[in-house]
Amino acid sequence: MLTVGKAVNGLALSQGFCFRSLFANHKGLLMRILSLGLLLAGAMTVAAHAETVKPAIVYDLGGKFDKSFNEGVFRGAEQFQKSSGVEFRDFEIQNDAQREQALRRFAKDGFSPILAVGFSQASAVEKVAKEFPKTKFTIIDMVVDAPNVQSVVFKEQEGSFLVGLLAAKASKSGKVGFVGGMDIPLIRRFACGYVQGAKFANPKAEVLQNMTGTTGAAWNDPVKGAELTKSQIDRGVDVVYHAAGGTGVGVLRAAADAGKLGIGVDSNQNGMHPGKVLTSMLKRVDNATIASFQAAKDGTWKAGISVLGLKENGVGWALDDNNKALITADMKSAVDAAAADISSGKIVVHDYMSDSKCPE
Amino acid sequence: MSAPIELPKWADVSLVPVLAVIVAFLVAGLVVLGIGESPVRASILLVQGALGSGEGIGYTLYYATNFIFTGLAVAVAFHAGLFNIGGEGQATMGGLGAALICLKLDFLPWWIVLPLAIMGAMAFGAVWAFIPGWLQVKRGSHVVITTIMFNFLAATLVVYLLVNVIGKPGSMSPETRVFEASAHLPYLHEALAAFGITIPQSPLNLSFVIALVASFLVWLLIWHTKLGYAIRTVGHSPSAATYAGISIGKITMITMAISGALAGLLAVNEILGVQGRLLLEFSSGYGFIGIAVALMGRAHPLGIILAAILFGMLYQGGTELSFEMPRVTRDMIVAISGLVILFAGALDGLIRRPMAGAFARLLKSEG
Repeated sequence: MLTVGKAVNGLALSQGFCFRSLFANHKGLLMRILSLGLLLAGAMTVAAHAETVKPAIVYDLGGKFDKSFNEGVFRGAEQFQKSSGVEFRDFEIQNDAQREQALRRFAKDGFSPILAVGFSQASAVEKVAKEFPKTKFTIIDMVVDAPNVQSVVFKEQEGSFLVGLLAAKASKSGKVGFVGGMDIPLIRRFACGYVQGAKFANPKAEVLQNMTGTTGAAWNDPVKGAELTKSQIDRGVDVVYHAAGGTGVGVLRAAADAGKLGIGVDSNQNGMHPGKVLTSMLKRVDNATIASFQAAKDGTWKAGISVLGLKENGVGWALDDNNKALITADMKSAVDAAAADISSGKIVVHDYMSDSKCPE
Repeated sequence: MSAPIELPKWADVSLVPVLAVIVAFLVAGLVVLGIGESPVRASILLVQGALGSGEGIGYTLYYATNFIFTGLAVAVAFHAGLFNIGGEGQATMGGLGAALICLKLDFLPWWIVLPLAIMGAMAFGAVWAFIPGWLQVKRGSHVVITTIMFNFLAATLVVYLLVNVIGKPGSMSPETRVFEASAHLPYLHEALAAFGITIPQSPLNLSFVIALVASFLVWLLIWHTKLGYAIRTVGHSPSAATYAGISIGKITMITMAISGALAGLLAVNEILGVQGRLLLEFSSGYGFIGIAVALMGRAHPLGIILAAILFGMLYQGGTELSFEMPRVTRDMIVAISGLVILFAGALDGLIRRPMAGAFARLLKSEG
């Protein structure tokens, strides 16, 4: 009966679809945003907008505690609950059919706004939003065009550009590496931004790229992540950026063990190997969650697309005590200048997903 | 160890599985108790969620459709003594087959596209199981190993195609465009609405009817055809089969192909019925649950339908349960399903042996 065990294992594996990486708390900034929100909320309670908010979240297959994307949303919602006293409900789906079911169920029970996490929810949100035109829906990482849906997407290419620039500046060999998770367009967008940043800093820079795999398991395979990193290091790479979720744990460890530098993703991962992680590309889903719930509470929630790039503080790079020594003044000024140019539109970072191509 | 246990047939097919489920629920109840919720209330919520509303029943039968297909696939292979654990991969390939036909031909009317797409799903699933069968016959590589490896190959192939070839350009997720309406297998609520009958909306679609027809055909095949006889003979005693002039190799390959075609039909429910496009991991573990369904259903189509409905209830009731009791997480539902699999499959003897003893005593006291 070994096979039954195997079957259950396989089941667990197929559900281990884990997305990107850990979110840490950025207390200072958050508190500021929150206290601002609180002030606004206080002002709003007087106003006629006595809206009842009953926020709900439907997570993607990775689940609430995926140490990553979904968890970032959960942490954001928790912060919101703490500061506003508004309770939220959430649901972890088990298969694709449950997306619609969960959204519909929450909508029926009068929840609003309902936050759908991840691009895979798009078609479900589109359908259910039509059935419940008075319910507010927010979807993260995808655009759904409907009068009661707010779409929040991030310009991952801009954040990746900045860390690519830093990588090329920090590299002594002129070779930098990228380890992606699952080979999908979104991850190629990370890679493409990174390549552009590296070439911007050093036109002769060579970027070695590997994807961990082609199934959901690629998000959670630290051993393979470490192997790919070691092989890149053997070929002369001395800075490695990952966009690979749980796999990235292995990438950062392998880089640190070899005395090279890693770059974290999504959350601030600088503290995982202090002094061995050059920086982290930040993607602030927690902020997006808080902003959406807060706006609903304040009566300022608006449907439509919000694209969060560098300018909107949706993406960025992490600088803290752990990597202060690694970022030289020259690097800092270069990356700040690039960030300003991207924000102002002087530098346009090509988006892989606009044409499925990356300029060489 | 005692001699092989003989149970009356009716007890074997009904009492043992029912007791297994009851024991599983008792143990699961302890888990629920452990997190501080009432097991009685949880059980009521679970059954109510699965069968208490039209929508609930729709979802239950929708899940059951998947389990019937994969359960039948495993069962057919069982009868030939083969263990096909590649249902996931065969279903994935079935999805690819159906999607390729829909993408190319969905400008045609439904009565051309749908039958072709269904055949495409079966053909791709069949090929994906035939190859391991062929490898076992010609190269001696065991199907248990090859079918599970073929799951990964199927996943890899479909990801490659979705990312590089047939995916929708510029789309965030690796998936194809949505098929035209002609390639959509009607939902049951749509189909019945055509006759003026309204039922609540759910993903239940005409695949359920196909699943019932497939169950009947499998019953016909296994117990009322020459091929079915050959399959059972190979499964019971390969040497007897050889002696009777049945080619084991041929039967192995044919059985695997039939098994794969049945698993491929899962794609009809998921891709043609519900999703309307090809996407990744739509087989989400149904192929593996199919093994448990086939075990519980004693590899008989009727038993498989019942076991499939039970697992459908666990899925749908479990969903409702975690809505009503937020403390019961998704993972708890998986644990409860796991307990059912454990007691119905792996620990079968645990229930069978004492029962056989009880029956033996009963018979002795009577006779």
